Amino acid sequence: MADVETVSHDVLIIGAGGAGLRAAIAARAAGVSVGVVCKSLLGKAHTVMAEGGAAAALGNVDDRDNWRVHFADTMRGGQYLNNWRMAELHAQEAPDRIRELEAWGAVFDRTPDGRILQRNFGGHRYPRLAHVGDRTGLEMIRTLQDHAIHAGIDVHMEVTIIALLKEGERVVGAFGYDRERGRFRLFRCKAAVLATGGVGRAYSITSNSWEYTADGHTLALRAGAALQDMECVQFHPTGMVWPPSVRGILVTEGVRGEGGVLRNSEGRRFMFDDIPANYRTQTADNEEEGWRYTQGDKEARRPPELLTRDHVARCIMREVRAGRGSPHGGVFLDIAWIKERLPKAAEHIKRKLPSMYHQFKQLADIDITQEPMEVGPTTHYIMGGIRVDGDTQMSTVPGLFAAGECAAGLHGANRLGGNSLSDLLVFGKRAGDHAAAFAARQGEGAIDAAEVDAIAAAALAPFERGAGGESPYGIQHDLQIMMQDLVGIVRQEDEMQRALEAITALRQRAATAGAIGNREYNPGWHTALDLPNLLDISEAITRAAIERRESRGGHFREDYPEKDPAASGYNILIHQAPGGTMQVSRAPIPPLPDELARIIQEQST
Amino acid sequence: MTTATFRIFRGAGGSGAPQDYTTTVSEGMVVLDAVHQVQAESAPDLACRWNCKAGKCGSCSAEVNGRPRLMCMTRLNELDLTKPVTIEPMRAFPHLRDLVTDVSWNYTVKKRIRPFTPRPPDAPDGSWRMDQYDVDRVQEFRKCIECFLCQDVCHVLRDHQKHDEFIGPRFLVYIAALEMHPLDTLDRTAELRQAHGIGYCNITKCCTTVCPEGIQITDNAIIPLKERVADEFYDPLRSLVRLVTGKRPSGE
Repeated sequence: MADVETVSHDVLIIGAGGAGLRAAIAARAAGVSVGVVCKSLLGKAHTVMAEGGAAAALGNVDDRDNWRVHFADTMRGGQYLNNWRMAELHAQEAPDRIRELEAWGAVFDRTPDGRILQRNFGGHRYPRLAHVGDRTGLEMIRTLQDHAIHAGIDVHMEVTIIALLKEGERVVGAFGYDRERGRFRLFRCKAAVLATGGVGRAYSITSNSWEYTADGHTLALRAGAALQDMECVQFHPTGMVWPPSVRGILVTEGVRGEGGVLRNSEGRRFMFDDIPANYRTQTADNEEEGWRYTQGDKEARRPPELLTRDHVARCIMREVRAGRGSPHGGVFLDIAWIKERLPKAAEHIKRKLPSMYHQFKQLADIDITQEPMEVGPTTHYIMGGIRVDGDTQMSTVPGLFAAGECAAGLHGANRLGGNSLSDLLVFGKRAGDHAAAFAARQGEGAIDAAEVDAIAAAALAPFERGAGGESPYGIQHDLQIMMQDLVGIVRQEDEMQRALEAITALRQRAATAGAIGNREYNPGWHTALDLPNLLDISEAITRAAIERRESRGGHFREDYPEKDPAASGYNILIHQAPGGTMQVSRAPIPPLPDELARIIQEQST
Repeated sequence: MTTATFRIFRGAGGSGAPQDYTTTVSEGMVVLDAVHQVQAESAPDLACRWNCKAGKCGSCSAEVNGRPRLMCMTRLNELDLTKPVTIEPMRAFPHLRDLVTDVSWNYTVKKRIRPFTPRPPDAPDGSWRMDQYDVDRVQEFRKCIECFLCQDVCHVLRDHQKHDEFIGPRFLVYIAALEMHPLDTLDRTAELRQAHGIGYCNITKCCTTVCPEGIQITDNAIIPLKERVADEFYDPLRSLVRLVTGKRPSGE
């Protein structure tokens, strides 16, 4: 361990997207020393991709909105698997977190009276998403980044963490490598916050970037933390489907919020054909009413295109399977039609959805102001993640916190669009606050040098296998195709059992993955190191999905297509048992306090 | 199936040479797809920075056939594939490996710029009132994805290496966003002229040409800032006043 660069921070934040940066700002404000590790350059994290907006019941556009409605919407959307305490805190604190961004320089779109404008989104009863055109994530990450660089926070760019280090039960450090030189770096800390995002690279069709390899989930799992709700993966209904090289790239729900409609090859608005019972009273039953809703008519109910993402994705799959899809295996998303209703519609679309216009024009030769887009489901988000305490965001391992996508709880079985950006802010801040408080009570822990040496040796093994080893790209590719086929949007037991066998076989191949060249900025080597994480998360998703014998939210079982009322009472947990095998268990969800139950009752009509 | 040849710069620390890779080309492919195919097929250690692959993060900046571009937004069908497509790293920054450069200078420059400092809130809940009309021009600058292609093409940085004296178009846009922010209260004119070296820009508009976000860098950001500097420091009437009163311009 002698030649390993070592740095110390009171709080180490792993991940520099919205949650990580907000946690870093909070921890630093509490007076402790803070280091942030980013897998990429600062400001490039996946938050930058978020388009539609951040949900917060500011009530600027519709004053009937308040935290109680937002809470009930989040719980209904999550099909009641949510950690209700997180849903409550999120709804209550999101407005302050948004206003705070404005104080740090964010420039949201405005209402006519100069306040923050809010837009409609799936599953939200009132216009609730604070936004900047369709590039809200960029605005958010840039605001946090530009605020954080003046706060006295150390940033470690292009560093990947490969292990957490513990002393007894407590996390006392982390070990990783920098991409630029390929050198190892040891981080000592008194508390660590995981804010590493999601797992989308386990699937072949995804809106996620290369970074989304389940690092935080699997670091936590191996450190003894519990994962929760891993079967709940969100397939966003609208990803690009053509041309092949852009398959999976996100098409924001904002398109539908601005009046875009879904049609099949027969031109039918098929979303009207299947409106779930629990949303029927709040959903328009004719096209005219749906249009009025998108244009701000408070008396109108929302169009069925704005039902929750899990439902819309399944309806699209149904149309495609029934042979009513678009030429390249999706359906049509049409915003151009609004020219029948609005003067200067093309200008309006370009102003409201500039990056969508740009994306389709440049990548697919499609002018969305004139013709429909082809869209289909894409792996987008995981509701499941590290099990945390709702107030503090501490995992089941002392000193290890998690926030943002890599944490579980807020979204239950299905996340509402816009609840992710507000999640990052609310729980990023909470994780930072509580990690700082935890760190202030601890001394520096001891690092086990032999353990570190063993981790380093294992990380260098792909070089020893060299050109004789298998290409890690091929193994990753095969895993992605397998997960998409067998544990994708529609699942059944026998396919998932086959997936477990395939994962075992892929693990054997991963153990033979080789890397050539040297350690400096070597993507082949990095891909080999990402493989164990992708394999572990794939197994966790599959085992949890086998265990939940019902369909709920993002988890759909063809062999159990209905919701099982008894299954709303528990979360599925994954632990790593001694010897490295995964243990599946059920944890009962504590009953709702009377006050929250009353809110859900009040808001149910 | 058609194929194309990509002449990719390989090497470290500035030394190295282009190397040819041939791979198949399918409909809709972008340059970054070709680089990934080459990595998977024949050069697993080919270094290349990328993230979103949708033109939103600004990571995959490189020079394609000599032009600064985002690799993820450069379609192969807009290039002449009868000849090898050259892919090289950006030139204005120190070379690390293959297509990756050290862009850390940009991060240190940003830190030197005085941060957003708002006026007191307009409402008791801590919020402000702003007109959409007033935020429109700032929002144009805030579209910047920090790909640094404008820095790469700027001859002050690229050819004259004035990194110590000139912050480059990216950060002039950044200052324009702060200076024109309806809530910001600071005046950064003095440092624009001195520490940030705005005078080096002779408005050749190369930066505007390469901006993947279509920001009118020169017309909307740099020229208005230059005008502020000129008003503050070179207005003959103000000079006369200064001569008489002995007062220096703010910040000097």
